Amino acid sequence: MSNDAMAVPRATAHTVERSSDLRRPLSRGIRERAIEAPLLLAALVSILTTAGIIAVLAFETYEFFTAVPIGQFLTDTQWTPLFSDKHFGIIVLLSATLITSLGAMVVALPLGLLAAIYLAEYASPARRRTIKPILEILAGIPTVVYGYFALLFITPILQTLIPGTAVFNGLSASIVMGIMILPMVSSMSEDAMAAVPRSLREGGYALGAAKFEVATKIVVPAAFSGIVAAFIIAVSRAIGETMIVAIAAGMSPNLTLNPLVPIETMTAYIVQVSLGDTPYGSLEYRTIFAVGSSLFLVTLLLNIVSQWVLKKFREEYE
Amino acid sequence: MIGTTAPAKSRRYAFGRAFELACLLAISIGMLALAILLVDILVRGVGTLNWGFLTSFPSRFPNQAGILAALVGSIWLLFLTALFALPTGIAAAVWLEEISDRRNWLSRVIEVNIANLAGVPSIIYGLLGLGVFVRMLGLGRSILAGSLTMALLVLPIVIINTREALRAVPPSQREAAYALGATRSQVIWGVVLPAALPGILTGTILALSRAIGETAPLITIGALTFIAFLPTSAFDPFTVLPIQIFNWVSRPQKEFHALAASGIIILLVVLLSMNALAVILRDRARRKVQW
Repeated sequence: MSNDAMAVPRATAHTVERSSDLRRPLSRGIRERAIEAPLLLAALVSILTTAGIIAVLAFETYEFFTAVPIGQFLTDTQWTPLFSDKHFGIIVLLSATLITSLGAMVVALPLGLLAAIYLAEYASPARRRTIKPILEILAGIPTVVYGYFALLFITPILQTLIPGTAVFNGLSASIVMGIMILPMVSSMSEDAMAAVPRSLREGGYALGAAKFEVATKIVVPAAFSGIVAAFIIAVSRAIGETMIVAIAAGMSPNLTLNPLVPIETMTAYIVQVSLGDTPYGSLEYRTIFAVGSSLFLVTLLLNIVSQWVLKKFREEYE
Repeated sequence: MIGTTAPAKSRRYAFGRAFELACLLAISIGMLALAILLVDILVRGVGTLNWGFLTSFPSRFPNQAGILAALVGSIWLLFLTALFALPTGIAAAVWLEEISDRRNWLSRVIEVNIANLAGVPSIIYGLLGLGVFVRMLGLGRSILAGSLTMALLVLPIVIINTREALRAVPPSQREAAYALGATRSQVIWGVVLPAALPGILTGTILALSRAIGETAPLITIGALTFIAFLPTSAFDPFTVLPIQIFNWVSRPQKEFHALAASGIIILLVVLLSMNALAVILRDRARRKVQW
């Protein structure tokens, strides 16, 4: 009896369902399409962003090179677009960028790699769970805060340790930038090491290797492609970093290898010009796009190289 | 025989110990730096952190200067950026994850493109915003131009995080809905998005906290460093917390450095509360949903 009572509504529902089925294909098809189109458009925004970046940089840089010969841009050893005697030698800004980034890597590379080995090989799971979020906080701190730290904490220490250190110097910016990218190097390298299969480590132990030998002679080489990719991405991050160098390294374009004097990186120059009131369309206005193009090309190249390294040198273990 | 290898073995183990200590030291340096940074900022900044600081405009006189304009500017920027970036980013992620065929050339191009965009330095986005929003579209140095620039900057992160949240919804949920006769859009709206919502929120809040801390792109589009009024519309000029902090750090006087530290405390409090919210949402979702 209760079975009958249940059966009636079910049958009705079924018939209703069927009758509407006849109209379904057309109306539903159109509605589905109408919903998918805006989603596709949203996905295309990312393509438009890339196209926009390339178009803006290319256009203004082209305009720049109609006024300044590209040969001068690449070979001049002075950068003075804001003075009356104008020189446009990108090498001055590029060298400052490379020096501060290299300095940052000198700090971040060994520390990040050792930290990653500790996390992947030595730390207990509980300790890893406490350390990793702390490092993530380090990675989430705004760069302007690191700039403050470099100028007002690290620089005074350097000045007492090394007399003659200028208020603005590349060394202080490098050290702090190294601390900033350390969590990035360590977490990406650790991911690569964690992906190394257990059997490789066990093979090492079975042959009588000590723990540090397993870590340095088996795990690190096996994870090498991932570690190199992490380094390259970190370098690219350091090259594009702006606020630390703008605050701590100064805004005086100097072609020098001395880490204790003020220098100006590519990013710091863009900040310097942006802070002033540069008329739209002037040569000064266009220099920041020419510098931006150089920056974009260098970081793009590094990102492509890191992807290539990951693919080419990946050690495959099933 | 044991007698000959034992010293060598103990030397190896001593070296191993030293190596482990070196690793521990390396990771401690990072954490120590964080601790020093926070303590230094607290010590320097707490003194000038008071109600007057929160409710005053910037000033040439350090004892009268406050962070009100920057705080309000950051809040404007946060909401407008969210308004532009979240719908676009989530929609793009839904298209990539739920609609397009993975082997489709277009979705592969978009995927590679997003990965590359995430690696572009933030200051380059500033140049894009300057060229397109400030100049071409004539928005000037407005909050609107700043938020659109920031929206493009965080878009790759929103997409990447949303896709992860969508991927965490098990296929069985979708299949069950299809088995009941739902169409693809019904599955997306009725099943996938509600299930992924906490994950999406967590990911997008983290992406937005990136926008709150960014300085360089906003300086590039010409956000002002000195503003003594509150914006009343999206077309007004503006400043934000990091730019105000940058302005105070760059001044030679010690009094302004203390203000910079106070500003950093405010900025970090904003960021920490956003992160805490993200973590709470994630934990809640984990407790509630058990596949």
